[in-house]
Amino acid sequence: MMELVCPAGTPAALRAAVEAGAHAVYCGFADETNARNFPGLNFSRAELAEGAAFAHRQGAKVLVAINTFPQAGRQALWHRAVADAAAAGADAVILADLGLVAHAAEAHPGLRRHLSVQAAAANPDVINFYAETFGVRRVVLPRVLSVAEIAAINREIDAESEVFVFGGLCVMAEGRCALSSYATGLSPNMNGVCSPPSHVVYAEEGAALAARLGGFTIQRSAKGAPAPYPTLCKGCFTSAGTTGHVFEDPASLDASELIPALAGAGVTALKIEGRQRSRAYVKEVVKSFRAAVEAVATGRPVPAGQLARLSEGQAATTGAYAKTWR
Amino acid sequence: MELTVGPNQFFWDAASWRDFYARLADEAPVGRVVLGELVCSKRLPFYQAEIPGAVERLQAAGKAVAMTSLALVTLKRERGLTAELAATGLEVEVNDLTALAHLPEGAAFSVGPLVNVYNEGTLGWLASRGARRICLPPELPPGPLGVLAGASPMPVEVWGWGRLPLAISARCYHARLHERAKDSCQFVCDRDPDGRAVDTLDGQKFLAVNGVQTLSAACASAAHALPGLRAAGVAALRLSPQAEGFVEVCRLFRDLADGRIDAAELDARARPLAPGGAFCDGFLTGAAGVAWSGA
Repeated sequence: MMELVCPAGTPAALRAAVEAGAHAVYCGFADETNARNFPGLNFSRAELAEGAAFAHRQGAKVLVAINTFPQAGRQALWHRAVADAAAAGADAVILADLGLVAHAAEAHPGLRRHLSVQAAAANPDVINFYAETFGVRRVVLPRVLSVAEIAAINREIDAESEVFVFGGLCVMAEGRCALSSYATGLSPNMNGVCSPPSHVVYAEEGAALAARLGGFTIQRSAKGAPAPYPTLCKGCFTSAGTTGHVFEDPASLDASELIPALAGAGVTALKIEGRQRSRAYVKEVVKSFRAAVEAVATGRPVPAGQLARLSEGQAATTGAYAKTWR
Repeated sequence: MELTVGPNQFFWDAASWRDFYARLADEAPVGRVVLGELVCSKRLPFYQAEIPGAVERLQAAGKAVAMTSLALVTLKRERGLTAELAATGLEVEVNDLTALAHLPEGAAFSVGPLVNVYNEGTLGWLASRGARRICLPPELPPGPLGVLAGASPMPVEVWGWGRLPLAISARCYHARLHERAKDSCQFVCDRDPDGRAVDTLDGQKFLAVNGVQTLSAACASAAHALPGLRAAGVAALRLSPQAEGFVEVCRLFRDLADGRIDAAELDARARPLAPGGAFCDGFLTGAAGVAWSGA
């Protein structure tokens, strides 16, 4: 059966995910060492140790995301996070920074290393470089690849692959995007945040509601109409007289129907985005996907259509996996 | 302070490309030029035949020359192109770590601004692998930039001029804006030799698209940050090519670095040449990247 890797933003979400059938959960420490550095989320050292013990008793694994890029002069914070993850019983760390991968390989050779999607390793040559040089065992593939491209990569690499199947969707190559810091000063790579709420202002303008990020108006909707969160790359812009979603429509990823194809493409693990999501959301999504991977493992069709209402902004897309824009 | 010309980010026809590098060789007071295709592998066949001549002319003019890798390597063809770079005999500027995978152990290379070098660990690892020079990522704030410039065993470059490379995608925004699929784009990005403006809903100039790349609308300028960068030990400013007036931009930065003009004069004379007509330097002051300290 394909491994289901599920988000745990809090200890309660970790328990919910494991009880709902997650084969593995991923989580991070409550600081800028992880790419979901949001207020009220993430784990203390003690919580991680307890969470890992709980997950292990249920036969699930715990993967610790330390997937921002260590800041010069403060690398010790990231090094300590790797050491503490190992001490807490983590089954693997998910890393993005070249220097941190090198450090982990040297200082914690027994700790399994996964390459974060933030490392944007998008072809077999660079994946094998990480595998051969640093003993990376699994790569989380960028969300820019089609199923056929994923299959081709898997034929050539000496590592497991993990792909996102549900939740938020980056349009840009992850870990290679400074749009957020250009507008707000805070970025996924440095601060673990993108288009942060601290820089969002909503303004009522007659019958409309405008959303500004860092002072830039990137969304305007009729009052009372659904207003998706103003993430920069999913905003509305004008270019040479054309107004619309220049980069991407505000849809979220749902690749559940592609699970059989992804299995055929040699993918080891399926990842669900959403460490910022509620325990109830995690439970429901994990249950659905567990049923789906079990169905696929026994040659049955994927149970259809249960997840639509959980998709962000109501619309769902299969993303790059089934490229219509290639 | 040395000046490096970064790889052209845009799609120009072969004649414009050739003329640009000829003028650069003959007239621009810069010591180093990085060329080749950074953004989209589909553009390369249109001007590839011009590259050897440009390299020869630049070298004859006494300039150091390096070839950039692509910023995002996914297709088989792109992997092949990246592998071939190592065989050109020229220094390779790695802008995707894929290029590193193809460089023989011990081969000298440089590291471009699109490789994530945020800390001493990564910088040190790359130096030990053979990196001889590095251009830091544009979003790096002044504190970490100072730490890295101070700690680096190799010369450090900082983004000095030009629209900032903010993001790269597998998806082509030029094709999307023209309602075309990427594979039948008909090379429509050639209509915007400095990128296509993307404004906010209130008409604020904000971003520019360039095929699969997203840039700042404002033109970054390190003119006001120069004293601080020099004090931090930064060795070079990187000037990014634009379609018009680029040799003049190089001269202005040479004059600034040599103390013949001050930052205010550079602003005044360079503003008409700046793509988008506005400046930014927020990343160099620790603010949002779009901020401008010279206002």
